[in-house]
Amino acid sequence: MTPLPASLQRWFDTRGWSIHPHQQEMLKRAREPALLLIAPTGGGKTLAGFLPTLVELGEAPAPGLHTVYVSPLKALAADIKRNLRIPVEEAGLAVRIEDRTGDTSSHVKRRQRADPPHILLTTPESLALLTSYEDAARTFAGVERVVVDEIHALADSKRGDQLMLALARLSTLCPGLRRVGLSATVDDPAAIARLLARHPDPCAILTADPGPDPDISMLVTDAAPPWSGGGAAHAIPAVLEQVRRHRTTLIFHNTRAQAEIFFHNLWLANEDALPIGIHHGSLDRMQRQKVEAAMVAGQLRAIVCTGSLDLGIDWGDVDLVIQIGAPKNVKRLVQRIGRANHRYNAPSKALLVPANRFEVVECVAALDAVKAHDLDGEPRGPGPRDVLCQHILIAACAGPFDADLLYREMTSAGPYAALTRARFDDCLQFCATGGYALRAYDRWQRLLQRPDGLWQLRDPRSAARIRQNIGTIQDTDTLKVRWRGRGGAPLGEIEEGFAASLSKGDTFLIGGQIVRYEGLRDLVVEVSRDPGKKPKIATFMGTKFATSTQLSARIVAMFQQDSWPDLPGHTAQWLALQRDVSRLPEPGRLLIESFPHDGRQQLVVYGFAGRNAMQTLGLLLTKRMEEMGLAPMGFVATDYATLIWGLDAVTDPVPLFDLEALEAGLDGWLAGNAVMKRTFRASATIAGLIERNLGGQRKSGRQATMSSDILYDTLLKYDPDHLLMQITREEAMRGLVDFDRIREMAARVGSRIDHVTLDRVSPLAAPLFLEPGRVPVRGSADERLLADEVARLMEESGLAQVDAAGGR
Amino acid sequence: MSHVFPFQGTQLVALPSGALFWPDRNLLVVSDLHFGKSARASRFGGAQLPPYETRETLLRLEDDLTGTRARQVICLGDSFDSPEVGGALPEAELLWISRLQAGRDWTWIEGNHDPGPVGLGGTHLAQMTLGPLTFRHIATATGQGEVSGHYHPKAMLSLRGRQLSRPCFLLDQTRLILPAFGTYTGGLTTRSAPLARLMAPGAQAILTGPSPCAIPMPR
Repeated sequence: MTPLPASLQRWFDTRGWSIHPHQQEMLKRAREPALLLIAPTGGGKTLAGFLPTLVELGEAPAPGLHTVYVSPLKALAADIKRNLRIPVEEAGLAVRIEDRTGDTSSHVKRRQRADPPHILLTTPESLALLTSYEDAARTFAGVERVVVDEIHALADSKRGDQLMLALARLSTLCPGLRRVGLSATVDDPAAIARLLARHPDPCAILTADPGPDPDISMLVTDAAPPWSGGGAAHAIPAVLEQVRRHRTTLIFHNTRAQAEIFFHNLWLANEDALPIGIHHGSLDRMQRQKVEAAMVAGQLRAIVCTGSLDLGIDWGDVDLVIQIGAPKNVKRLVQRIGRANHRYNAPSKALLVPANRFEVVECVAALDAVKAHDLDGEPRGPGPRDVLCQHILIAACAGPFDADLLYREMTSAGPYAALTRARFDDCLQFCATGGYALRAYDRWQRLLQRPDGLWQLRDPRSAARIRQNIGTIQDTDTLKVRWRGRGGAPLGEIEEGFAASLSKGDTFLIGGQIVRYEGLRDLVVEVSRDPGKKPKIATFMGTKFATSTQLSARIVAMFQQDSWPDLPGHTAQWLALQRDVSRLPEPGRLLIESFPHDGRQQLVVYGFAGRNAMQTLGLLLTKRMEEMGLAPMGFVATDYATLIWGLDAVTDPVPLFDLEALEAGLDGWLAGNAVMKRTFRASATIAGLIERNLGGQRKSGRQATMSSDILYDTLLKYDPDHLLMQITREEAMRGLVDFDRIREMAARVGSRIDHVTLDRVSPLAAPLFLEPGRVPVRGSADERLLADEVARLMEESGLAQVDAAGGR
Repeated sequence: MSHVFPFQGTQLVALPSGALFWPDRNLLVVSDLHFGKSARASRFGGAQLPPYETRETLLRLEDDLTGTRARQVICLGDSFDSPEVGGALPEAELLWISRLQAGRDWTWIEGNHDPGPVGLGGTHLAQMTLGPLTFRHIATATGQGEVSGHYHPKAMLSLRGRQLSRPCFLLDQTRLILPAFGTYTGGLTTRSAPLARLMAPGAQAILTGPSPCAIPMPR
């Protein structure tokens, strides 16, 4: 047994606590260069990560940073600080624990660089920023361990790639650095181990007892859920009843807008005035902290939340998790259930509340998948080079660097282990000169190579600009919202696109209150209180999920049943109705529906080929429709279907599926479509071509959109092989499958296309209208709509008569 | 397709590109070319934008010159993104400008980005008057028959739920404001305070794009 410091052991003993076997194992193997612990939430995972640090620091440690702890969420870092300080302080250990996130004040941040704590709790972005300072070597001198908590949440995003590059830098500064990853249950632990370890170090995987299966079921309500809609208003009484019956309930939503609406409705029905709070990422920090504090103090009976509470935050005595709306991914569902009942080895309790009838079907399929331990996941390719470019710039901020050494350092990061020197050099060239075929302004390059061979920033002013743009999170552009008047308190943020649609007097929900839009001042939305009851719906997106392909296969199989005794009656009737008015999708056939809705002509293709393939199909079909003069306006894809809307109805969809014509369009759509432009914007921002923050003043999102589209068009025309165009193509291909999947689907379907023309939305199509991620198609429809609008405006203003008079 | 409109007793033509043509004088007017914008960004330690905006702008300008056969050209200011950039443009682009200038009466009006002479051929003036029209960079509150640029106006429309944004001309009884012609130029919405203040009630916006047309200025 590795002994704990005596005072800590006593503290454990007085509580009658003993160490879990996996915690003991982590202590025993603490000297290994990399370790990955897979444990269910509530399994004392975080303590398992910290115990070796507490042992090594002992009772009276010497000053200096010993352990860097990285978590995906600021709130999680703050929460760990609270929880870790309790044993440390009560056991009387002289260990300093501090957090450092975007919320930390600037003077504390400065002090931390000069005089770091023993344990620093931070996020990938804050860590990357720390490594960009000239004094990084001093700040990190002597660091022994880095603990990456909830690493599964970082593993499939660019945040994980960024973190691994930052760790590669730390390993250069502190060659003996040991790495520990803590993960919830995942389908492929070896992939996470490869990500975590310094390449080519080995990484042992420890697996804790997964504990009993979760107690998870669907909340069956008396009231039938609607055909479409995400509000789950029908379930309010049943949810309130559950809140009453439990100590603390977490009520998860897939989007912020849904959380706001639900919270609002919950309060309207909350006759007992149960204390219920709301928490999501668009709320102002002070508001979030107030809710967090109330939660910790056990003052709340329920909290309505989104992904901002998603990750292992150990708040109060949660004994029930309710998931409103379909859990779009089984893995996420299982991890969310981990919130409930943090006592190890007691089953977690969770209820699923489908918001509409399609989600009832999804929920039943998801429950089957959980019971079958069928976790889904997508394999992730090599690390993207936009993040690499950002880290070359970060390295330059820290001081002059040697390209050979930097290449060696970066290829020690798991995601970049296979990066060739030539591809690295392309990134270095991009950072230095822009990497354009036309070398116009080389005398003003960003990085220059000195006579001694080292690279450095040409203009020291660049460093501040680069630091302001560190990070890989592409949040949609949002505007702050605050009460009108001098020094009005901030409320949170809304999407800029939504703000643009507001006129004075419109009302919307934020933080659970209805507010009235007063105007925009210095890029801040000003609002006043409004006593009304019917708000306009805010469109902020929250997190976007892709439903997994496995789940969609389960669903199409379910459709083939003659009847559905496993489904609630209302949902079985709904499927029967779909079969009656239209058809249900069948394997080996392709169902297409067309109908007018919302003033537009709609086309739904039920391909069940997974979201990526359906998205590709949406791009190809809209391109064909544009060529055929059908004026498509946009599309949205789910795992099951692609919905396309436009000005003209499609009367015969068969010619649209002409494979040769679709394939001929491939090059064209790849270059010019909205998905590519969106991808370019994200990659160009990460790689440092587009600056999001300029002198602390964030550019308005609309201008950024415009200029990035123009930059994209310019590069496409003059420099199509530019590094950023390559990266954009690579990135877009991650989200869009190659043409093979479409070809497969076409071969499977053959000529068995069932086209159903309806006069209104079909039951199965209704939920598609709520899907986020709608892709606009800019083409002839714009010109036609514009011509209509101009005619209308002319008529309205009387300009038409004036013109006619002038023409006489 | 172009949009012909009367202004101060003259007949003017708004071209799809955002240039203005005065047929009676055989005169083409463009505003806010912002040549060398990417160079300026690089100079101050910012990102290095694709250095192709100047040739793209020149390409469009050449198209309009060919299309209208204009013999006289007025650039309404902010032709260069900064005074130093004029001479620092790549040789090929400087030659291209000279080629366009050959055989044409060419005037550079001074803008806030390029207040002094820019070291290229052509006449440099703070402002210029031709018949009833005065050409200057920034509109004045009291100007009569004033043709200017500076604001990069754009109109934002909601078309059955779809947002559309187009650079536009702004026109009232006494003044005409041109959209920015340069490739890397953002825009200022017609709803913004300075434009709303400046333009008289009943002002029109002439949208650029495939078929320019006039609508009441969105406010």
